[in-house]
Order: sequence, then structure tokens, then C-alpha cells
Amino acid sequence: MWLTRPFSERSTLIFLGVLLAALLLVTALHLAVPRGHPLHVTAYTVNLLGKYLSYALLAVAVDLVWGYLGILSLGHGAFFALGGYAMGMYLMRQIGDRGVYGHPELPDFMVFLNWDSLPWYWLGFDMAGFALLMVLLAPGALALVFGFLAFRSRVTGVYLSIITQALTFALMLAFFRNEMGFGGNNGLTDFRDILGFSLRSDATRLGLFLATGVALALGYVLCRAIVASKLGRVCVATRDAEARTRFLGYRVERVQLFVFVVSAMLAGVAGALYVPQVGIINPSEFSPIFSIEIVLWVALGGRATLYGAVIGALLVNYAKTVFTGVMPDAWLFALGALFVLVTVFLPRGVAGLLGYRVKRLKRRRQDEEDTPTAGREATA
Amino acid sequence: MNFLTSLADRDRVFDFLVPAQSPVDVRHGPILYLEDVTVSFDGFKAINALNLTIDDGELRCIIGPNGAGKTTMMDIITGKTRPDAGKVWFGSRHDLLAMNEPEIASLGIGRKFQKPTVFEALSVFENLELAMAADKRILPTLTARLSGAVRDRIDEVLETIGLAELRSRPAGILSHGQKQWLEIGMLLMQCPRLLLVDEPVAGMTEQEMERTAELLTGLAGKQSVVVVEHDMGFVRSIARQVTVLHQGSVLAEGSMDQVASDPKVIEVYLGAEAEEEVG
Repeated sequence: MWLTRPFSERSTLIFLGVLLAALLLVTALHLAVPRGHPLHVTAYTVNLLGKYLSYALLAVAVDLVWGYLGILSLGHGAFFALGGYAMGMYLMRQIGDRGVYGHPELPDFMVFLNWDSLPWYWLGFDMAGFALLMVLLAPGALALVFGFLAFRSRVTGVYLSIITQALTFALMLAFFRNEMGFGGNNGLTDFRDILGFSLRSDATRLGLFLATGVALALGYVLCRAIVASKLGRVCVATRDAEARTRFLGYRVERVQLFVFVVSAMLAGVAGALYVPQVGIINPSEFSPIFSIEIVLWVALGGRATLYGAVIGALLVNYAKTVFTGVMPDAWLFALGALFVLVTVFLPRGVAGLLGYRVKRLKRRRQDEEDTPTAGREATA
Repeated sequence: MNFLTSLADRDRVFDFLVPAQSPVDVRHGPILYLEDVTVSFDGFKAINALNLTIDDGELRCIIGPNGAGKTTMMDIITGKTRPDAGKVWFGSRHDLLAMNEPEIASLGIGRKFQKPTVFEALSVFENLELAMAADKRILPTLTARLSGAVRDRIDEVLETIGLAELRSRPAGILSHGQKQWLEIGMLLMQCPRLLLVDEPVAGMTEQEMERTAELLTGLAGKQSVVVVEHDMGFVRSIARQVTVLHQGSVLAEGSMDQVASDPKVIEVYLGAEAEEEVG
């Protein structure tokens, strides 16, 4: 079974083990250690970590298309934001008549705009199941249409990157408009509860943090399963020699489309988990700069490893939190400097640093096997 | 009424039930048959009334000076270039001019380009795995598993091309010659009936050339092989049948010695080199 294949890989088991240990540790330090104790993890920190984990899932999605398929998407923020908006619409409908204007059905901003009924595309979002489906389908459908047109015309490389930037920029402009019915530049906010649990309670925050951790684990395993399959090898082949792969009989544009859609759906899930934890979704998530930042996380962590993307997302966002607290103006310079330093000294990112020792050990072992006894070889 | 009885006829084979691609028919001898093929680019006749017949299992070398139309001929056979006139048949059943590139490839014509392109980040084994004839749609590829038969087939090809010891190393570390062999191996994984090989020994060392010669002569018989090559020493070492192309048509055909002693050939092509070899 191709989906269970990652569980026989050591790197995946180590990743899942570390993630599980971290989730349990944070939970224990939050619940069991009394407030005020230096080791206590506050609800604020739990919430912050949950946000980082959703970014990590987003980074994994980007690494899948960039690291393995060679498609540098500078518009993955769009899929993240669409998933976020789908979740936001569900949360808006959960407010019910507790809004400022007390309208039983319409969200506040619609009352404010003097709308008298829900637009058709808001129907159904009061049901969690439907909203969850939309979290997957909305980014997936956009990726399907966009990818179909782009890959069929064999748009690749820098041109594709530019189009993805244009895509997310166009969506940002569209979502800024009040007439779109997504709250204009204020976005969707003032959420109350999710699945009946209050978003303001610490227990819900912990629950969301753990749910995000589980989603990251599942997303990682799914990506790993794709990458470790024959399709994953076709992806790498496409990345390195697209024409040659086509000549072998693979429908390259379909492979690209499939992986692109999977990646967009993962980004959507990440967005849906992000929104209830930060309490707002607005068009700034569509901004081109955010999408570029995601690519930076992956580059810093190390391309084409998946776990590197997770490390990169966590490190950069932690640094961002620290830096913007201490010297808000210096953050962008620090990010730029970090990027330059990593590119120069760690071309394969932080993950390359980790992988280096392991690779060298393996190489040495293999050389010993290869040289003395010809014909005896290890099939990994 | 007749129509209804014809529908009820149980022996009837409906058109849509007949597989569109039936196996190659070589009962009448030739596996590849070109007749009066002509192509011109902007008035220049790259191929001019070319006639060529390749028998099943044959190893044929094609030589000729630059611009003789060797590569254009390969392009026509693989469907990349359409001729202005002429016939191209694969076996006695398949009209190659009515097919496109992927169809021709899946029919069993494999082509190796001059410059080797292997997937450098993947291992030698994985390169062969990807090249294997298999269902190449998304889901079958995603769920594909390495069965014992597949593994055996890859092992067999690894032995044939002499890269068994390097199977788990990335293809990027291979030498130029080894990459050429890997390419030939990737072609073999597609189980082709006819192999078109473009300048296989360009840039190879003496030893690598010898091994390539062994490899190609070993393939003949099981597959039909057409080799385009400049290197006379190499052609002499493998060829039983040599075809000399000149200005888009066949100048001479026969064994290497016959061809080499043909005054027309000496004049246009072999001249300098033949003298060198004699002297």
C-alpha cells in the first residue's frame, strides 16, 4: 500500500517521533506545570506554536511542488488564504445573532453594507462538514484550473513563478473589494466558537494546536508517500529533465497538475487551521510578499527534504516573533541577511547541515561495499 | 432485416473490439521499409528519394558526411518530421506516416539521442525503473510496486549494459561512456523492436568504444539496431551491413569492405580516411 510506505522509512519515523514528543511536551508543560513556574507554557505560547505549525504545513506543501517537481510557486499564499476564507466563513456563520448588529443570519459586515440576504456562495457554510469540504475544494479547484492552463501550455520556470505572483495579487485586489462579499479589507473576524467550543478558552487553543500538529503529521506522511512512490521519482525526473521524461512516455503536464492540486489542498488545510488560531482572515494573506516569504522558509530549511521545510518555517517564524518584538524595523533586514548567509554557507539549507553527516557515513559504507566485492550490492 | 441478422451473428468481430495496435508483422522480412522518401526544407532537399530496408534482427550502420540526411532520416522514422512524399512502413502492417511520436514510440521504436540525458539525481536502478514499459498514468504510477519480475528485468538490463555494480549510485556520478550505456539500457527497458542509435561513441575512450561495440552486437538478433556513426574504426568493428548516405539518398550499400572499396564512396566520403588507414 503506497500510503503506508513512509512508515517503513527511518527519516519519517524520526520526524513523527520528534513531532509527537514536542506536542506532548508542550501539552504537559501547559497543563501540568503550575502558572508562574518558569517552565510553564502559557496559552499565548501554545497559540503561537499552533500558528507556526500551520505555517510548517504550508511550507511542506510548497516544498512538494518546488523541491521535488521544480515548480517555484510564488502564489501559494493564495491557496492558504482560500482555505482560510472557507474556514472564516464557517466561523462567521457560527457567530449567529451574537454579532454587534444582532442579525440572526447575516454577518456584521453585510448588515453594515445594507445587504438583506446571504449571497448564494455563503450558503451551506453554517455546516462544518460542508465548510471542511470547501477548505479542500476551493484551493483545489483554483489550482486545477490554473494548473491545467499553465501546464498544458508548458509554461515553466520563471514565467510560471511570475504568473503565480500575478494570481495571488489579483485575488488580493478582488478580496479587497466590499462587493465581493468577503468583508473587504477588514476580512472576517470577531469569531466566537468552532464546533461548539469557545475560541477564547485555553482548552480550545490547546485543542487547535494539537489538531494542527496532527494535520502536519498527516500532511507530511502524504507528501512523503507521494515522494517515495514511483510518481515521486517521475517528479524528480521532470524537475531535472522535463523533455526527457516526456519522451519516456509520461504525461508530464498531468503529473504536474496532480501534484500541484494536492499541494494547493494541503495549503488550504494549513490556512483553515491558521484562521481560528489567529482569529482573523483578511486579504493581506494574499499579498505577494507573504508567498515569497513561504519560499524563503523552504529555502532556509532546505529544499526537497520536506522536514527541512518544517524546520525552516519554525525557525524563521520564531525569529520573526523575537525580532519584531525587539526591533520591529530591523526584521526585513535580518530576514534578508539570513537568506544571504544561508545561500552562501548552507546551499542545501539547515536540513543539509543535518543530512551531511548521515550522507557521509552512508557514502563511506557504500564505498566499502562497492570496492572489494564486485557484484555484491545493496539495493536500498 | 439483413442488418438485424448481422447483429445477431455471434462470429462477428466488431471494429471496436479489434485492438488498435496489433503487434508488428515481420513475416515478410523487413521491419523497416522506406520508399522514395523526400523532404525539403525551404527548397533544400535534405532527403531525396531515399530507399532503405532494415531486416528484422539486423544491425545496420549508416554513415555519411555531414548534411547527408542521417538525422533527418531518424526524425522521419520517429515521427518528428513529416516527409513531403514517400512511404514509411514498420513491419508490413504499420504505416508510420499515419502516427504521431508517442504512438510510434509505444509501437516499439526507441531512439537514443546524441547527447546523453539521464536523470542525474536518481540512481541508475531508478533511471531504468522509470524507463520501463508500464502503465504511465498518474494513479498506476503512484501505486506502482516493484514486483519480482520487474526487478529481474532491471537486473538483466543492468548486466547487459555492465552497470550492475553502480546500480544504487546516482546517475550524475557516471562517466560520459557509462551515461551512454545507461541511455541504451533505458531504451532496452522499453522493450523496443527497433533501436535507433545516434553517434553512440562520440567522445568515448578506446576501451569504452570496445564495450559499446560488444553491447550493440549483443543486442542485434533480439532487436533490430540502426546505428548512425562517424567513427570508421567503430563502424568496421560492429557492422555487417553498411549504408552510405550522400545528399539525402543511398550512395552505396553492402559490407564494410565492399563499401570501402566503392570508388563513389571513396570520392565523397571515405577518401581521406581510407588512405590514412591503408597508409
